[in-house]
Amino acid sequence: MKATIRIPTPLRSFTGGCDEVLVQGTTVGEALDALDSRYEGILERVIDTDGSVRHFVNLYLGERNVDALGGLDAPLESDAVISIVPAVAGGAS
Amino acid sequence: MPSDSSHPRTPRIPPPPSAVSIRLGSTRRRELEAFARAGYPEEVCGLLVGRTEGRAMVVERVVLARNRNVERRHDRYDLHPDDFLGAAESARRDGLDIVGIWHTHPDHPAQPSATDLEAAWSGYDYLILSVTPRGVDEVRCWTLDGDGFVEQAVEIIQEL
Repeated sequence: MKATIRIPTPLRSFTGGCDEVLVQGTTVGEALDALDSRYEGILERVIDTDGSVRHFVNLYLGERNVDALGGLDAPLESDAVISIVPAVAGGAS
Repeated sequence: MPSDSSHPRTPRIPPPPSAVSIRLGSTRRRELEAFARAGYPEEVCGLLVGRTEGRAMVVERVVLARNRNVERRHDRYDLHPDDFLGAAESARRDGLDIVGIWHTHPDHPAQPSATDLEAAWSGYDYLILSVTPRGVDEVRCWTLDGDGFVEQAVEIIQEL
């Protein structure tokens, strides 16, 4: 399946500034592997060593968080859009 | 989170030179101040949508987001990722991008805290509004440079 992965600004240093990348895959995990094969090292910013999505990021398939869709095993339909969304937090003290 | 060496704020390839100022119209600033006052004494947060122009980030619109932090809303924010995605998609449709994050510091200066630094990403401007019962005292902008924040000039463009 052809899928588009949307890349947030902080990770565009890996993709030469591209804000989206076209890949092939049948699951979210496969699509991310394909992304990493083209832009080595980007995957470790998204996936932890234990294979789970890092605490700092959220992954969306379309408008839904992949946590609710089976995680990295979530199946892709043709022309799926995967978004890497940075976790944004902070506070006054 | 802060000590994780894989945090994307230390990218493999150095990012392009950062913008040195953030520019927003007076209408946008008034909108931010209204959000800040309405949310006081809790922290409120959101996204800055715009574009890069030379070495300035130009803010075309400001977006209010939900704070997911339940227990410490007076001094913490955790921006709802659904709202980030929504703002990013809307920006994309208009040929714009997320250029920064804004949040308030109720009864605290508009300087980044250790908590802000721990969670910061490179490539975004962080606009902080200090808000008190009297209103917004101060608006300052910061961006990550290496392991610390550097201040960016805030340019307010007067609008009718």
